Amino acid sequence: MSNLTDLTITQAITGLDNKDFTAVELAQSHIDAMAENKSLNAYITETPDIALRQAEASDKRRASGDAGALDGIPLAIKDLFCTNGVQTTAASRILDGFTPQYESTVTQKLFDAGSVMLGKTNLDEFAMGSSNTTSYYGNVINPWKRDSDNRDLTPGGSSGGSAAAVAARICMGATGTDTGGSIRQPAAFCGITGMKPTYGRCSRWGTIAFASSLDQAGTFARTVEDNALLLRTMSGHDPKDSTSANKDVPDFLAALDDNIKGKTIGIPKEYNIDGTPKEISELWQRGREWLENAGAKTIEVSLPHTQYALATYYVIAPAEASSNLARYDGVRYGHRAPEDDLTDMYEITRAEGFGEEVKRRIMIGTYSLSSGYYDAYYIKAQKVRRLISEDFMKAFEQCDAILTPTAPSAAFAIGDNEDDPIKMYLNDVFTVPASLAGLPGISVPAGLDANGLPLGLQIIGRPWDEENVLKIAGVIEKIANFTAIPKSVIKEAA
Amino acid sequence: MSIDIKSVKKVASLARIRMNDEELESMVPQLSKIIGFIEQLSEVDTDNIEPLANVVDIKLALREDIANDGNCEGKVLANAPEATQGYFVVPNAIEDK
Repeated sequence: MSNLTDLTITQAITGLDNKDFTAVELAQSHIDAMAENKSLNAYITETPDIALRQAEASDKRRASGDAGALDGIPLAIKDLFCTNGVQTTAASRILDGFTPQYESTVTQKLFDAGSVMLGKTNLDEFAMGSSNTTSYYGNVINPWKRDSDNRDLTPGGSSGGSAAAVAARICMGATGTDTGGSIRQPAAFCGITGMKPTYGRCSRWGTIAFASSLDQAGTFARTVEDNALLLRTMSGHDPKDSTSANKDVPDFLAALDDNIKGKTIGIPKEYNIDGTPKEISELWQRGREWLENAGAKTIEVSLPHTQYALATYYVIAPAEASSNLARYDGVRYGHRAPEDDLTDMYEITRAEGFGEEVKRRIMIGTYSLSSGYYDAYYIKAQKVRRLISEDFMKAFEQCDAILTPTAPSAAFAIGDNEDDPIKMYLNDVFTVPASLAGLPGISVPAGLDANGLPLGLQIIGRPWDEENVLKIAGVIEKIANFTAIPKSVIKEAA
Repeated sequence: MSIDIKSVKKVASLARIRMNDEELESMVPQLSKIIGFIEQLSEVDTDNIEPLANVVDIKLALREDIANDGNCEGKVLANAPEATQGYFVVPNAIEDK
C-alpha cells in the first residue's frame, strides 16, 4: 500500500476508477505517511478524521457513478484558506483559536469536485517570507538534503508546507497562494511543479489577505498535468470577489498537447543577474535549447524596468498588508491581550500576536502610506508598477511566453539569509515582476545542482493564457525528465 | 534617507503595535535599510505615467441592492474573545465621569 503515495493525481483517478484501490485506502496511506514525516512540520493542523469521512463519501459517490473531477484525491490546503469548522491560523499567533464559520471559495470548489482534505499546511506568517521561517508554528523542513552535508534546508516560502508535503509524498497535490513568488519559489526548492494563474482567475474570497492587488491562489503537484487538473477545478468567477474575472475557464488539460511548433519564447536579457550561480544560468540556457528542439523559436526580449521590481513590490505589498492587517485588533477573533484600556488592548494584542517580519512589513507599509510620504513611495511605486506591466505587454508583442529561472539559488539552509531582510527579499527577484503584472507563471523542476538539489525553470504567459504556460511547461517537463526524488522518500519506499 | 527614532515611534503608534525602547531602537536600522532600498524608485522617470492599482482589466460589477446574507449572529460572534447579548465586548472606550 505504501506506494499509493507515489502516484500522480491522474494515475490515482485511474486507479480509483478501475477499483484497484479505494479512496479510503488512498487517504489512509497518506495519513500513515504523514505520521512518518511529522519532523518536516509541513502541516499545522492534520485532519485525518475529515479525510477518512470525505474518502468514505467519495467511495460511495464513485460506486453510484457520481464521481467528481477530483473525487477521492487527498490534498493539503495552505493554512491561509478559511475552512469551515477547521482552525485556520495564517501561521500567526494573532489568529490563535480562530475557527472559520465559512468555507473559502477555492476549497469549496475542491470539495465540490470530491477531493479529500488531509490537513492545513504551514507557511510563513501571513504568507510573508521566502523560507517558511517566520511561522508561529515553527520552520518547515525541506525533504531534500544536500549531498555534501546533512543541514536542514528551507522549502522556500511562503507556501513552504504545501510544497514540502507534495515533495515528501504526504499529499498528492496542494493549494498555495502566490503574492510575489510564494508558489513558484517553493516549488523550485522542493523539486515539484507549482502554478500561479492570472490575477483574478481564482476567487480570493475566504483566503486571508496579505496584499490584495497581488494575492492569487494556485496549485502544487508533481506533474504539470496534475496542476492543470487542480487549477481547472479551482478557477472561475465568484460574485463574492469583485476582482475575480467573469471569464470562461478553458480546459487546461486539453492544452497539454506538447505542440509548441511556431511558438516564440522570449528570453529576457535583464534576468541575467550578477551573482546568479553558473548552474542556474546553464539550466536556463538548456531550457532554451529544449524548447528550440521541440520546434519553438526563441528570441531575446527586454523588460527594462526589471531592476525596479523588488523595490516596487516592497512598497506595494507592505502598504496593502498594513491596511489588510489592521483588522487584527483583538475585538472579533483571535488573540486578545487582557488589558483594561482600549488602546493598550489594541497595541499589546498586536505586539504579542504578530511576529518580527510581519511587524517589519506593517511598519514599512504604515510609513509609506503615512501623510507626507504617500506620493513619494506608494503612488511612485504604483507608477513604476505600470511601467513593469507595460514592459511585459511590449514583450508579448514579440513572443508568446517568457522563460526564466525560477529562483536565484537552490534551497538554502535554515538560518541563512536571516541577517538581512533585503537578502531574503532577493529570492523573489525572478518571480516578483510577473506578480506585479498579474501574469500567470509556473515553475517546473528541470535539473539538479552539483549538490543534488532541484532547480526550477519558470514560464510566464500573457494574461489569461494559462494554456500556453501549461503547454510549454509540459514540454519542458517531458524533455527535462526530472525523476529525482528526495532521499528520505526513496528510503521509505524501499 | 534614514528614519529616526521619533518617526519609528510615530509609525508604531499609527500601526497600533506596542514597542519598548529597545524594540524601537532595533527597528531604526532595519527600516532605514529597507527605505534606502525602495528609494531607488526615485531614479525612474514616471512623468505622465498613471498609477496602476488593478492589473487586470475588470470592471467592478454591481448587483441589485438587496440583502443576500444575514441572520448569522451566532457565526459572526463565534470567534469573539468576549461577547454578550449579541455584541462584541471591548474595554471601556468612553470615560465614565
